[in-house]
Amino acid sequence: MPDLFPQPGGDGGAGSKPARVVDRAGLDAVIRSLQSRGYRTVGPTVRDRAISLAEISGVADLPQGWHDSQSPGSYRLTPGADLEIFGWAVGADSVKRQLLPPREVVWRAGAQDLVPHEEPAAGLAPLALVGVRPCEVAALGILDRVLGGGRVTDPRYASRREGLFICTVECGSPASTCFCTSMGTGPGAESGFDLAMTEIVEEDDPRYLVRVGSDRGAAVLDEVESQPATLRDEAARQEVLARARTRMGHGVVTEGLPELLERNLENPRWDQVASRCLSCGNCTQVCPTCFCVSVEDITDLAGTVERRRRWASCFEVGHSYIHGGAVRPTTRSRYRQWATHKLGTWHAQFGTSGCVGCGRCIAWCPVGIDLREEVSAIRASDGMRALAPRPGGG
Amino acid sequence: MALAAEAVPEVRHPLTPLRYRVVGKRRETEDTVTLSLLPLDGPIAMTKPGQFNMLTAFGVGEVAISISNDPAADEPLEHTIRAVGAVSSALCQTPPGGAVGVRGPFGTDWGVADLGQSDAIVVAGGIGLAPLRGAIRALLERRRPTGKSHLLSVVVGARNPSQLLFEEEMLAWQRAGAHLQVTVDTARPGWSGPVGVVTDQLARAPVDFATAAALVCGPEVMIRYTARTLFDLGMPRDHIRISLERNMQCGVGLCGHCQLGPWLICRDGPVFTYDLEAEAILASRQR
Repeated sequence: MPDLFPQPGGDGGAGSKPARVVDRAGLDAVIRSLQSRGYRTVGPTVRDRAISLAEISGVADLPQGWHDSQSPGSYRLTPGADLEIFGWAVGADSVKRQLLPPREVVWRAGAQDLVPHEEPAAGLAPLALVGVRPCEVAALGILDRVLGGGRVTDPRYASRREGLFICTVECGSPASTCFCTSMGTGPGAESGFDLAMTEIVEEDDPRYLVRVGSDRGAAVLDEVESQPATLRDEAARQEVLARARTRMGHGVVTEGLPELLERNLENPRWDQVASRCLSCGNCTQVCPTCFCVSVEDITDLAGTVERRRRWASCFEVGHSYIHGGAVRPTTRSRYRQWATHKLGTWHAQFGTSGCVGCGRCIAWCPVGIDLREEVSAIRASDGMRALAPRPGGG
Repeated sequence: MALAAEAVPEVRHPLTPLRYRVVGKRRETEDTVTLSLLPLDGPIAMTKPGQFNMLTAFGVGEVAISISNDPAADEPLEHTIRAVGAVSSALCQTPPGGAVGVRGPFGTDWGVADLGQSDAIVVAGGIGLAPLRGAIRALLERRRPTGKSHLLSVVVGARNPSQLLFEEEMLAWQRAGAHLQVTVDTARPGWSGPVGVVTDQLARAPVDFATAAALVCGPEVMIRYTARTLFDLGMPRDHIRISLERNMQCGVGLCGHCQLGPWLICRDGPVFTYDLEAEAILASRQR
């Protein structure tokens, strides 16, 4: 996948620099170096007993000792006494919110002249994401194609994205809901970062193997006290990743997936899943690549007109509304749209899958619908068709 | 309302419209009007028949409306709007002299220029005639006398005679040489034309289906049956162009509302060729 926003990777160029190792003070120094360069530093924190991205001032703000346990319909974060900072998979919050805010005012117009004056966008100050997972970096790569790769670019997304510094931390603690190995997005980081770290905690000696993905990343690392990575450090990193792979939940077979879904639009499994799905849209809100937004015009009592843009969901009945009614009035049609778009037609539209395998849609589904299971069921019953046409189907 | 011209910022957010003044308003039916619009501050790029603009009724909202003429650079944009919801009703109620917002043009057009001298059949259902009006005018202009009786056949369907759009203009198209067939779902006293769906009329259109091109717009079910009927009458798939509708909120492929299978209608359509893929997509329900 070509990088639309020149975000360097671990391949060649600056990425071929040898890896270094920093200790916890070094990690803190990386964050402070970023701040001294004018970056707002945002990383994982604990909020409402979940891992959530928020502004951090240093390593003390990071969630040391917290571990998550996730399963379909369940997310639990518990404190521990250990030294791991990145000992969890992902929370409901994703990088999407940092680059595509849930709500935005685009412009306001006075009641008299109706001239639209654009509202300055928030969050345009250079942002550094510290401690985001490789699956999140992959999600940014997908959003780049959706919001920055077409004929028209979302200008605010592009502004936020262009200045973005990414310090990813490879995943050593996937949840049972995770399937990044199926989607090819983790647990290791291959590209799309300025710095990539691997947390290695052996006894009382937490350290971070750091790989450089860009000149910017190299400049930041140069300011920090570090040691060359030894063979033992490299081996420890491989062990972290290997352990992660074995801890991953079961995956999704992606081979021929778009075609499988396209020929199974009438598979009775869609009725089965629709009988459980609440059509609440949680999956789309936690998904790091679901990009749908609605445009709404609001007038205040003085007559000032405001155009807002907010996150939307294809599970809303009104999402597909045209004169005469919603095109997708049933939960069956809406779940099918979401799943077949995410895993299937996304390829035709944007040249990539829309799924990174982060598992959020599974953990945060209130009834525990597991996308992996739905895909397996479709695959197992490939070719089966609904027995009778549904009345009212258009 | 004070509507002095304002300087237009060079770089605008894709969701920011330009103000246009309503310079003409013509009632077409009980619930449908045609607005003529000229720029107040600066123009959008040229809109071609088949493309659409996003029209803002300030303070109410924004909807996608196809252009219903084929304007030269300095001529007003015409948009024929049926009042079916809050925004379209507000647009229809905008008085002459009032301002609306315009963003566009968006999407693919009918590609009338590529039709060359082949016979053409235009099939419209209801408000679907509006996006075809500019194309019909362009097709009549390129018409030349040949041995064949008609080069342009227009088949129009409406729910009832009072819902027919552009009635006088249809007669003008006829005078200019178009073959015209008008059918209604439900007749009223005084109606002497055919009653029924447009597909029943197609076989009687005096075009050579093997070589003619078709432009089709209307409700999706009508498009589906019309395209299929034209194909069954011998028209090659790649001669059939259809215009599809989905919810539009941005027009530029960023909002995700106009999903239809592999397509984003605003980006890949609204005008599509009726190929095998299109037929399969139209066949899947609630998509």
